[in-house]
Amino acid sequence: MPSFSHFLEILVDTKDVFLKAMLLTLELTVVSILIGIVIGLFFALMKISKFKVLELISDIYVFLVRGTPLIVQIFILYFGLSGIFLLPDFWAASLALALHNGAYISEILRGTIQGVDKGQMEAGRSLGMTKVLTLRRIILPQAFRRALPPLGNQFIIGLKDSSLAAFISMNELFNVATTLGSNNFDEMTYLLIVAIYYLVLVALLTFLVNRFEKRLAISDR
Amino acid sequence: MEAREMIKVNQLNKSFGDLHVLKNIDMTVFESDVVCLIGSSGSGKSTLLRCLNFLERKDSGSIIIGGKEVDPKNDNLNNIREKVGMVFQHFNLFPHKTVLENIIEAPVMVKGIDKKEATSKAKQLLVKVGLEDKADVYPNKLSGGQKQRVAIARALAMEPDIMLFDEPTSALDPELVGEVLTTMQELAQEGMTMVVVTHEMGFAKEVADWIVYMHDGEIIERGTPDQFFNNPKEERTKEFLKTTMLK
Repeated sequence: MPSFSHFLEILVDTKDVFLKAMLLTLELTVVSILIGIVIGLFFALMKISKFKVLELISDIYVFLVRGTPLIVQIFILYFGLSGIFLLPDFWAASLALALHNGAYISEILRGTIQGVDKGQMEAGRSLGMTKVLTLRRIILPQAFRRALPPLGNQFIIGLKDSSLAAFISMNELFNVATTLGSNNFDEMTYLLIVAIYYLVLVALLTFLVNRFEKRLAISDR
Repeated sequence: MEAREMIKVNQLNKSFGDLHVLKNIDMTVFESDVVCLIGSSGSGKSTLLRCLNFLERKDSGSIIIGGKEVDPKNDNLNNIREKVGMVFQHFNLFPHKTVLENIIEAPVMVKGIDKKEATSKAKQLLVKVGLEDKADVYPNKLSGGQKQRVAIARALAMEPDIMLFDEPTSALDPELVGEVLTTMQELAQEGMTMVVVTHEMGFAKEVADWIVYMHDGEIIERGTPDQFFNNPKEERTKEFLKTTMLK
């Protein structure tokens, strides 16, 4: 059993490698959440549209994503898409994570869009605004505002899920930890170190989400 | 001079499922008329009002706005709604926008009016409803009466020919009703054509040119306030007046 001082020594020694890996983890997470929001909005609008076909497509998408493990989705996209056209590893991983997050985000947004009072749409329409214009200017800003706390939560989940990108050789946090661990025949130390990195990131994000939530609570009617 | 017909409704019918809420409604509103629709809840008066700007679709009959029959399937309803302002029971202000932004939203986005011009007009409207100091405030900082006056200003910003009011004071604390009714009365005196669904008999008596009494989806009686309140013809009207006037 390595001593605590030994542990700290390794923690400090590896900080450059891990910070670089953390950056990649954050990049993967931010990119996949941003694309996920676009995908999620798209499918949320399909789900609440009047057209049954679009609703069905949205349902199937959510069903497929929720019904299969993320690692399977990542592998399918990685091996499947790279057979069709050349996709850089980073984008294969980001896209897989985005499609995954998109399904959950679409459910979040569907809920908050439908949660906006019906009177808002009526008020917009009664002023001569089209449905699309009212949606864009009146409904979606309110829906996104309410979606911020659950989106923040999804961001935290997405951050941890991004560790699965290690399996398609992304040198993000988890991959660096396991690689260093096996190279030094000391898996446990590096796993504990990477756990600290994740904990700090999540703690920071949680703090930000909570602050957001409080600020929203104040400006809410 | 013959007054212009602003709204003409012929044989309007509307059902929600099995519930026949509007039965063969005929109604004409002339320019600068103030018509108060009264009746107990569930009588169809709000539905009738909502049909007039097509928030509800009629099942049959015709609705003529400004001399032109409106076909909800083929006509651009947005153009009609620009001309028919609506004030809701629950205000429906946009909570993420300031008072000023609420008012200029439609003029800027729908009519394409220059933002500066829209702003200066919005400020005039705020003076008119007595809220010139609230331009940069968010709706959650306003009282119910103030919210409703902003909602009136917002509707007026589109320069409508007709204003519809759907129980504009029903969600207000009693002490705030007066300020909204005063604003509406001033609007009526300026010659605005108004259709008002209300339970405020005092307002109806004083401001309305015509009272329309509805019951169970039908128009039972219509007349001037004097005829209606002092000489009602129909039995059901007398019943209604007896119960409401006691309160």
